[in-house]
Amino acid sequence: MSAGAKPIANTRSGTGIPTARLITWWVIASEIVIFGGLLASYVMHRIGHPEWAESASHTNTWAGAFNTFVLLTSSLCAVLAHKAADAHDGPRAARLLRLTALGGLIFLTVKGFEWAADFREGFVLSSGGFWSFYYTLAGLHGLHVLAGMIIMLIIASEAAKNQEMQRVECIGLYWHFVDIVWIFLFPLLYIAR
Amino acid sequence: MSTEVQHAEPGIFQKYFLSTDHKMIAMQYLFTGMAMALIGGFFAYVFRMQLGFPNQHVPGYGLVTPGKYNALVTMHGSIMIFWVAMPVLIAAFGNFLIPLMVGCDDMAFPRINRLSYQIFLLSALVLLASFLVKGGPFGGAWTGYPPLSAVGAYNLTPIGATLWLLAVALEFIAFLLGGINFTVTTMNSRAPGMKMYDIPLVVWMIVLASVIFMCSVGPLIAGAVMLLFDQTMSTGFYDPTRGGDPLLWQHLFWFFGHPEVYVVLLPALGIVAEVVAVFARKKIFGYKTVLYTTWSVGFLSFVVWAHHQFVAGIDPRMANIFSITTLLISVPITEMVFLYIATLYGGSIHLDTPMLWGLAFIGEFMIGGVTGIFLGSSGTDIYLHDSYFVIAHFHYTFVPIAIIAVYAGLTFWYPKMFGRMLNETLGKIHFWGTVIPFNVIFIPLFITGTAGDQRRVYSYAQFAEQSRPALQHLRTTSTIALLFMLAFQFVFIFNFFWSLRRGKRADANPWRSSTLEWTVPSPPPHGNFAELPIVYRGPYEYGLPGCAEDFAPQNVPDAALAGRSRA
Amino acid sequence: MLERYLTAASTYAHWIDYQFLLIAVLVGFWLIVAEGAMFWLIFKFRAKNGRPTQYITGEEKHLVRWITIPHILVILCDIVIIVPAIMVWYNIKQVLPPPDETVRVIGQQWAWSFQQAGPDGVLDTADDIRTVGELHVKVNTTYHFELMSRDVVHSFSVPSFRLKQDALPGRTITGWFRPNRVGTYDIQCTQMCGIGHAMMAGRIIVETPQNHAAWLMRNANPAAAGLQLPPASAGNEAATVAEVQR
Repeated sequence: MSAGAKPIANTRSGTGIPTARLITWWVIASEIVIFGGLLASYVMHRIGHPEWAESASHTNTWAGAFNTFVLLTSSLCAVLAHKAADAHDGPRAARLLRLTALGGLIFLTVKGFEWAADFREGFVLSSGGFWSFYYTLAGLHGLHVLAGMIIMLIIASEAAKNQEMQRVECIGLYWHFVDIVWIFLFPLLYIAR
Repeated sequence: MSTEVQHAEPGIFQKYFLSTDHKMIAMQYLFTGMAMALIGGFFAYVFRMQLGFPNQHVPGYGLVTPGKYNALVTMHGSIMIFWVAMPVLIAAFGNFLIPLMVGCDDMAFPRINRLSYQIFLLSALVLLASFLVKGGPFGGAWTGYPPLSAVGAYNLTPIGATLWLLAVALEFIAFLLGGINFTVTTMNSRAPGMKMYDIPLVVWMIVLASVIFMCSVGPLIAGAVMLLFDQTMSTGFYDPTRGGDPLLWQHLFWFFGHPEVYVVLLPALGIVAEVVAVFARKKIFGYKTVLYTTWSVGFLSFVVWAHHQFVAGIDPRMANIFSITTLLISVPITEMVFLYIATLYGGSIHLDTPMLWGLAFIGEFMIGGVTGIFLGSSGTDIYLHDSYFVIAHFHYTFVPIAIIAVYAGLTFWYPKMFGRMLNETLGKIHFWGTVIPFNVIFIPLFITGTAGDQRRVYSYAQFAEQSRPALQHLRTTSTIALLFMLAFQFVFIFNFFWSLRRGKRADANPWRSSTLEWTVPSPPPHGNFAELPIVYRGPYEYGLPGCAEDFAPQNVPDAALAGRSRA
Repeated sequence: MLERYLTAASTYAHWIDYQFLLIAVLVGFWLIVAEGAMFWLIFKFRAKNGRPTQYITGEEKHLVRWITIPHILVILCDIVIIVPAIMVWYNIKQVLPPPDETVRVIGQQWAWSFQQAGPDGVLDTADDIRTVGELHVKVNTTYHFELMSRDVVHSFSVPSFRLKQDALPGRTITGWFRPNRVGTYDIQCTQMCGIGHAMMAGRIIVETPQNHAAWLMRNANPAAAGLQLPPASAGNEAATVAEVQR
């Protein structure tokens, strides 16, 4: 297949929905099942172990709340990027996507400091039931933030040249999903007593 | 409309290793799956030799110690499900057939398609690497229950256990990626005029299988991450002394594990539908009903999982619910089998090799299905759980799925894939030499299981009730039958490779089938269709009144049907 | 029917055996009908020169009846199967009859060990009898067993009793049985538990009350409290505390 040439299969739309959006929903659906499974396991265990509330009280709720605000704001940037892409303004969409990615970077940096403090207090992955779930859930989510950022920057550099603009909406959708997972994680990991 | 993909003739590396062409990727999956089948089959040979002729040196292997036995059965199960059944049924047939059958030039995302194979290959290599590490491959059964699988001191194959887990996880990622293409291409890339109910059943089945897989594997991926951490990072997700629960893994595993059997069953049913329609020269009886029953089965498959855990220590009240749902799921499956049999009525049945395999699938799968009732009934499962009755039951479903239906598909589509015909006489010899021994292997195992033989033991010497000579005779009979069955596979291997070069050249439509893949040359060129087709009717218009021939191809307009000459 | 393949030696063994027979008769019938129909159709509609194929969609009411009616009958058979299945399950796993005696069953890599009351008839007292690989019980007596595991998941299985229950670390699961036939029966482990899985054999010896009392007397030792159990053996030798002392 020569570089850039798409098969006709990619350009058809039997359902009326563009193929790019279909693949995005597929990816999001699979991730929902993965995170859903992990979250359900955590919730079942948490219900059976009321004593975990003590461990949970050591999480840094302010860091979590700030990060929630950061992610929501970055999602707003993703929405604006989509609008720009719809208006065929590639460079503007690229700028907004890069801002979104910056939000992701801030999120990860804050998390880095937060975890460093937790490690210093002796709370690590193997520190017990609650912490094992905490780091696994938040860590898996963090990996998805990182992956999303990388893909977003690639799409931004294409959009800046007004290329593949349909992907701006798709990465935005993915980013909203990452956001929503965090909306579930935050209360379950940080607030629930 | 014509395709305009122009590029220079690719070099060997580009053509075989870096290809994004769906047909090449299909071949990659097919040959990898076939190679893994040889390995998985060899393991079955070894452990059945131990069971049939206990504590004798096995030719080509040596002495089977308890530790090796456990690794052999574990690897046999894992390989056959994840590295043979899935890649061949879903990825090989799916990749080859879908773009051709829906009438387009490739999959919607060829590069993701290539990536999915590369990850799949990596997963196979990781699994094979586990054979070479200290301690050897994982020996905790394909179900990998913790704490056995989580703690090296318990399983004595700690490196193997982690590599096995990584291999399975990679395989899951590969199929999640693969599913994208099967689903999106079928949904979006269909030829103009091909409506939802004009799609061939095999395509529907592969798509539904991919959807079921995607919806069920997530919790197990989560569970696998947790098990990996237990193995390597001293966490205690499954350790009751640290607030964990071994049962959590079981639920996560079987929540996936049960839908998984339908993930492999559906493509097999699809292949058989295609073959039966063509060789009975008959429209499928109740195409839409077949779809409705399939959707029901797919949905119900998510609410039966704990029938694998009746005696596992779950709340006994739960068992009743799952027993009911399990018997319920037998209802749509039964209806589907009846519909397939009904398709034969009024047909004109030609017993070519592919049809023999297709009919054998139905006949043998029914035995697997009815024996499942003994296990779904919670009361009887108390006795039969973890006995050879279970093994015989699932081989009567899995062998039709992973071997019989695969041979049906391979003998049917071989001409299209390779441009040559397989030898029909060798095909029939191979068929009988496989199906008859298959029954002689597993009927004795129903009996030994009913008589109390438990699973996953290398020897019954310690058990007085299982050391009855009659039982050992049955085990030995089963082993000898396996030797015959394995020997006859060489007939197929010979036929396959010999016919590649020396088989009669195949024209576009040797079987006179109505679906779109038979309208292009054998094998199809890059880009598939010189002129992309338009579709005018459903995929099984055999015996259509007013048609000159006994079949009406999907891409021929109504006006042209009456005047077609017998090609 | 099941008894032809393996002795039935407990009261509920017979319930399970009857359920097995019921299922065998019903599914056997349908299997023969379906296979017979398929082979008959293959024969009747084999390709014949000059006989064209019929164009049938599957919506023809007079033909669909041939699917719908068997389908409904199958559902009825499923109901006939599931109702007694649940009853059997309920009476074995959900409802425990009051025990005459209680024994403790402990699984570990790779042996079964047991703890039962000594001559004083009370569990968890100094004169309790602890055995490895062998459990002595009285015929026609209702036992509760308290099942646990020291390490991985095992499964306590006595095929002649039609008894099976997984043993999980971290919890104790209680079940019951009532042997009704004197004899010696196998104990198996029926959950993969490592390289010694096939060595986790045991024996359950069902004896008359007199023989059982005699065994009790022979093996009881009030001073046995605090004595160490022998290390986990392959499970095929019966090792009692008394034998170790000898």
